[in-house]
Amino acid sequence: MMDINTLRSIFTLLLFILFIAICIWAYSKRRKQEFEDAANIPFQADEISQPLERKKP
Amino acid sequence: MSGITYNDTVVRQFSIMTVVWGIVGMLVGVIIAAQLVWPALNFDTSWLTYSRLRPLHTNAVIFAFGGSGLMATSFYVVQRTCQARLFGTALASFVFWGWTLVIVLAAITLPLGLSQGGEYAELIWPIDLLIAVVWVSYAVVFFGTIMQRKTKHIYVANWFFGAFIIAVALLHIIRSLAIPVSLTESYPLYSGATDAMVQWWYGHNAVGFFLTAGFLGMMYYFVPKQAQRPIYSYRLSIVHFWALISIYMWAGPHHLHYTALPDWIQSVGAAFSVILLAPSWGGMINGIMTLSGAWQKLRTDPILKFLIVSLSFYGMSTFEGPMMAIKSVNALSHYTEWTIGHVHSGALGWVAMITIGSLYYLIPKLFGKNEMHSIKLIELHFWVATVGIVLYVTSMWIAGVMQGLMWGAINADGTLTYSFVESLLRMIPFYIIRLLGGLMFLIGMLIMAYNVYKTTQGAEPSRILVPQTI
Repeated sequence: MMDINTLRSIFTLLLFILFIAICIWAYSKRRKQEFEDAANIPFQADEISQPLERKKP
Repeated sequence: MSGITYNDTVVRQFSIMTVVWGIVGMLVGVIIAAQLVWPALNFDTSWLTYSRLRPLHTNAVIFAFGGSGLMATSFYVVQRTCQARLFGTALASFVFWGWTLVIVLAAITLPLGLSQGGEYAELIWPIDLLIAVVWVSYAVVFFGTIMQRKTKHIYVANWFFGAFIIAVALLHIIRSLAIPVSLTESYPLYSGATDAMVQWWYGHNAVGFFLTAGFLGMMYYFVPKQAQRPIYSYRLSIVHFWALISIYMWAGPHHLHYTALPDWIQSVGAAFSVILLAPSWGGMINGIMTLSGAWQKLRTDPILKFLIVSLSFYGMSTFEGPMMAIKSVNALSHYTEWTIGHVHSGALGWVAMITIGSLYYLIPKLFGKNEMHSIKLIELHFWVATVGIVLYVTSMWIAGVMQGLMWGAINADGTLTYSFVESLLRMIPFYIIRLLGGLMFLIGMLIMAYNVYKTTQGAEPSRILVPQTI
């Protein structure tokens, strides 16, 4: 018989796994380029556009 | 000129009002700081008493100054990063005039003593209803713009602004649920310890989402723009975003340590508050490290000084906060001036400094100028404000720890060593130092107002085209 606290523990564990999954997703190699492009969004088609000084390695 | 322009009118209105409300709110702060030293300064007038002016001060600086700053910057940033004109021009104007009306009504009702009594939730129910309508309109304008974006990706600043808008709607509506009995009176739906828990769920998330997530949105646009380099780590921004918004919701009970709140809820609150250090510092590190490799810019650029020092204060106060949430530390710090020092380290150091820095970037652009009228005055503002904050925070630290120790001191026979009034008398020198610090911060805002006036004087509002291709 599962009591409410077991369910709570499972929920906590699920949230922890979700957090790990977000970390893996964010840091996966496949997403590297996409996020570098995203980081440059503020500099796209700017009204006083200035050249970017840094390309991240 | 053909083509669609950005809606910068509402951004201009909110930007100018941010400076105006900043001066009003901080002036009231200076007045009540002086009243704590010289109580006669209420002139025996009911609407000038500390108890009525204090909520006016907090509402003015948080919702009028901070709120206007957030609306100005979020409307500017969402248009630029989505490459789209603001959704609903008339609705955006309604947001400005509605929000301004809320502030004016607050400035009338609070000194009259009309209050619901909840901290940061003082406003009476008719104003609460108006806030709800304005806030939902704000959400429609913001998310409507995001839906019309030309970029595929939603930039991280918009994630923070979006979380701030949704969470504040949720918090405001749930906290303000009340049964009206007349135009100015109502009873909250909750009672006793439940009411206290709802209050601090609301109160702490006002800190977490209004004063943190919203201003992080500001940080994620204006720090890269002013430093002219992309954010240090976009991936870190994603991880710390999700961690921050999921953890903040649970930290509120630390405001109710050693009260009638069930003990386990207090412990949950303390634990989540301590964990919050990690996502908070994620944002702080991400902002400061954006300057990595270009630190020399800090030497010459006072706007960058504002932005980076604000992040340093953010880092300091988000370290201090988790420490104060630990129950044994809280036993010393709770109800003392230490809390006031902590709040102002966050409010002046983080919230006000990041807003001021962002406005110094924003205002010239809104009026077709390259930069502010005087860079020297920005530099002066920076130093006056920084010294003011340091005086404020350090005096309150000393005062608070002294208070906590005096209140807790017990004689061998179990009686209290000091009466309350003895601890109060010891506060006076520190209250004077705090008054001086607050006054310096206010003077900084007046310098800013003069600089803004000179920058905008005779200037044409800029009309900037939305780029059609990207």
